[in-house]
Amino acid sequence: MIRVVLPAHLRTLAQLEGEVELEVVGSLTQRSLIDALEARYAVLQGTIRDPVTQKRRAFVRFFACGDDLTHEPPDAPLPEAVVTGAEPFFVIGAMAGG
Amino acid sequence: MSSVRVLVGTRKGAFVLTSDGKRQAWDISAPYFPGWEIYHVKGSPADPNRLYASQSNGWFGQLIQRSDDGGATWEPVGNQFRYEGVPGTHQWYDGTPHPWEFARVWHLEPSLSDPDTVFAGVEDAALFRSTDGGQNWHELPGLRAHGTGSSWQPGAGGMCLHTIILDPSDAERLFVAISAAGVFRTDNAGETWRPVNRGLRSEGIPDPDAEVGHCVHRLAMHPSRPDVLYMQKHWDVMRSEDAGESWEEVSGDLPTDFGFAIDVHAHEPETIYVVPITSDSEHFPPDGRLRVFRSRAGGNEWEPLTKGLPQSHCYVNVLRDAMAVDSLDACGVYFGTTGGQVYASADAGDSWAPIVRDLPAVLSVEVQTLP
Repeated sequence: MIRVVLPAHLRTLAQLEGEVELEVVGSLTQRSLIDALEARYAVLQGTIRDPVTQKRRAFVRFFACGDDLTHEPPDAPLPEAVVTGAEPFFVIGAMAGG
Repeated sequence: MSSVRVLVGTRKGAFVLTSDGKRQAWDISAPYFPGWEIYHVKGSPADPNRLYASQSNGWFGQLIQRSDDGGATWEPVGNQFRYEGVPGTHQWYDGTPHPWEFARVWHLEPSLSDPDTVFAGVEDAALFRSTDGGQNWHELPGLRAHGTGSSWQPGAGGMCLHTIILDPSDAERLFVAISAAGVFRTDNAGETWRPVNRGLRSEGIPDPDAEVGHCVHRLAMHPSRPDVLYMQKHWDVMRSEDAGESWEEVSGDLPTDFGFAIDVHAHEPETIYVVPITSDSEHFPPDGRLRVFRSRAGGNEWEPLTKGLPQSHCYVNVLRDAMAVDSLDACGVYFGTTGGQVYASADAGDSWAPIVRDLPAVLSVEVQTLP
């Protein structure tokens, strides 16, 4: 199981508390992780990635293991500690304005 | 006894304000969708318990929420707004071609007869329709493709389709308004469109009388006279008696004819309301006095309405979608401000009182008159 931490607005939309645990089949990447997240919580479709272009929204950031993975390619493998569930994958709303 | 439900969209959530027909004592809801920008909330004329809300923010994009119980509970519906075909380009602020990009839904206009049909006006300007209660959205591409789309330019607030008016006498006829392109009309349910801007004159564009390029801020129509349209333009209050074929200025004796909101009395088609704003560079009322102006003659002759409104040190704005009327007798008039006040008049504007004073900046106000 991998662990995902969502920002407050997305937790509210998905009606969940705390971390999300997901099963991801195959290689774990940003793309496969978000695919699995959207499959579980349809309301999140379009909130992390643009629903048409599938590009990450400009003010969404991805952190894991103390690193900013935001600008890694969407099909790059995620760290092993995220794959094993030792570390969560953070979806963050970037700090920006009031 | 009749009651009134006021649907308020703000920078940080939606609020529902309710009162009986006296409109003196109000219940104010907790915020719905707290922290999100709610550009617009509107109920279906065919089923008042069916509401639609546009929910968005800069981080997580656009959602559409639907309620089937008058706002008590909500469920997210479809949020894919995909332009038909190759989106093409419009003009950017610097005059260069810029690809059409969806930003947000400014305005939701439910069908007059079918609760599951609703139109959405979006930025970058386009018109979408859902016929399944908001689950799926399809563009009416004839609007952008009619020929002038590539020359449209955004106004300061973005290139938004902010006004949708459905003709109650002709289901095939719709009007939309776009900043800063102008007014467009279809007579065949959205298949084809044409600009209807003759008579508009805008000093801020190279050809002041151009076919398109006018920064129309808002349109209003009385349902009993669908050929008569009123407009608050960037500058100028305008009137058309022929469904937009031609326009004449009716700013008359207003202290300034810049503004955003305009609406029509529910029972008097020649009685209209505007909130004059100082200028395009000073978005607050002249002299710090918040005044609604009413014309009982369809324009030109205006009277200030001040009773109950702040007459000093008031520097709020009233945005384009932030004024509405109820259909009680006497007609109620409502508007919200960027300072978070929602004012109501239960006597057609003669006197005003705040329903609530400290909401986030108000983006939109709609009113439902309930049996």
